[in-house]
Amino acid sequence: MDEARLNLSLRKRIERLGMKTVNAVEETGYMFMLLYESVVWIILGKRRQQSVRLAGIFREAMAMGINAIPIISILCFSIGVMLAIQGIETLKTFGAQSQVVLGIAISVTREFSPLIVGILVAGRSGSAITARIGTMLEAQEIDALRVIGINPMRYLAAPMLIAMLVMVPCLVILGDVMGLLGGAIFTGIELQLPLSVYFERTYDVLVVNDVMQGLIKSIIFAVIITAVGLSNGFQVRGGAEGVGRSTTRSVVMAISLIVIADMIFTYFMNR
Amino acid sequence: MPIENHTVPVIEVKDLVTHYGRRKILDGVSLKIHQGEIMVIMGGSGSGKSTFLRYLLGLHKPTSGSIRIFGQDITEMSEQQLYELRKHMGVAFQGGALFGSMSVGENVMLPLREHTQLDEQTMRIMTRMKLEVVNLAGFENLMPAELSGGMIKRAALARAVVMDPKLLFFDEPSAGLDPVAAVELDELILQLRAALNMTIVVVTHELDSAFKIADRITVLDQGKILLTGTVQQVRESDNERINSLLNRMPRDDAVDADEYLRRLTGYT
Repeated sequence: MDEARLNLSLRKRIERLGMKTVNAVEETGYMFMLLYESVVWIILGKRRQQSVRLAGIFREAMAMGINAIPIISILCFSIGVMLAIQGIETLKTFGAQSQVVLGIAISVTREFSPLIVGILVAGRSGSAITARIGTMLEAQEIDALRVIGINPMRYLAAPMLIAMLVMVPCLVILGDVMGLLGGAIFTGIELQLPLSVYFERTYDVLVVNDVMQGLIKSIIFAVIITAVGLSNGFQVRGGAEGVGRSTTRSVVMAISLIVIADMIFTYFMNR
Repeated sequence: MPIENHTVPVIEVKDLVTHYGRRKILDGVSLKIHQGEIMVIMGGSGSGKSTFLRYLLGLHKPTSGSIRIFGQDITEMSEQQLYELRKHMGVAFQGGALFGSMSVGENVMLPLREHTQLDEQTMRIMTRMKLEVVNLAGFENLMPAELSGGMIKRAALARAVVMDPKLLFFDEPSAGLDPVAAVELDELILQLRAALNMTIVVVTHELDSAFKIADRITVLDQGKILLTGTVQQVRESDNERINSLLNRMPRDDAVDADEYLRRLTGYT
């Protein structure tokens, strides 16, 4: 009897594991389908007499990118200062404080700026995408779009994807500049290193590849944020509470995927 | 209004069967709706009337059966063909489904903007004309959140008819409205038909409204059509379910003791 019950609970657990695996695979497939459809609409929209509107793209770009400029600037500046503090502190042990410029330059451009921007955009805009799509779904607005003859993928998803792909790399460049500036200012005060010398040295040590790494990452992050935001949005069920749940899920999922993708990408880029 | 019309019906549904998950929602629904007629689809909650509407709109693919609109089977259409068809259909959803991020005017203008090449001024004039029709003149710059329930429904109606569709669907026009607003909306539906000779399909559970506007009524119950007929025929029907719906009596289902126990205990 006990053994039978044990078997049953074991079976249930395996069943649940299997179910979760299937769901995860299904969701991944769904995300790729959403991305695929958005891309198809971007390319074929005009031929189908439903081109992706520039006005929509600008609206999204404004909300996702331009409005994020102040906060990205502050955060990346702080990261730069933080790196300078830690770098100088660590390098002091070897008496090599002046090498801090190299450390800041590489870690900001390759790692911190894309990561901070990715996480921030996921929190700001990934959540907004999910909440917006979810609310529209619950209020039958998505149905309304479809019966008016407007494909929601073309009208909502495609502009979001384009705006993300343009704005996230731009924000990363801004983040690079602000991070380096933060590092420069702290180093300048701490080591009496003039700004001009700092940036000269930064130019010397930085190669195109460092910045490119960050930019390529940022494009991957942009795709992740859009796909996760959209798929969670379109899966909202259960009213206002459902929207809240999906939004939280979207942010957590996007940030986790960004960090994991960053790790994998960094590993391959630095071999 | 001509009830019997020998031309091709605007909507012809044959043996429609649909499922939600494993549950069967519509079970062999067949229906013809003719040009210029106001057909009311009536039924209690859970009767499948809202589901029926969603399938008529081509929002889902049915399990089996066919839905012909203007003679074309929408269950076998490509997205592109549906897109063309939808230019001739207008839909007013139950909650209005106005886009919260746009003003009333922009909402009404959206179909024009997406489907036509008209210049801005012409579109604006057409929008104002439709807003006049639904008595919302001067409200075009307000946001949907600033409107009352009745105004939202009327704005949704304006958006639905802005392209002068041949076919109009209206989901629960009087739900959630005070009696006066509900009657006004009924009047509006009748006027629209008279002015534009549209075919109108209204889904509702409101008896007064149904009897007032309908040429014919279809009564749905548990996914099946109980009766399709004129207002008179529905009133005179001796079907028990229809009578209980008409007299607002609670459903009196036969109790199956075993089934009841199974449901309570959860053992299957």
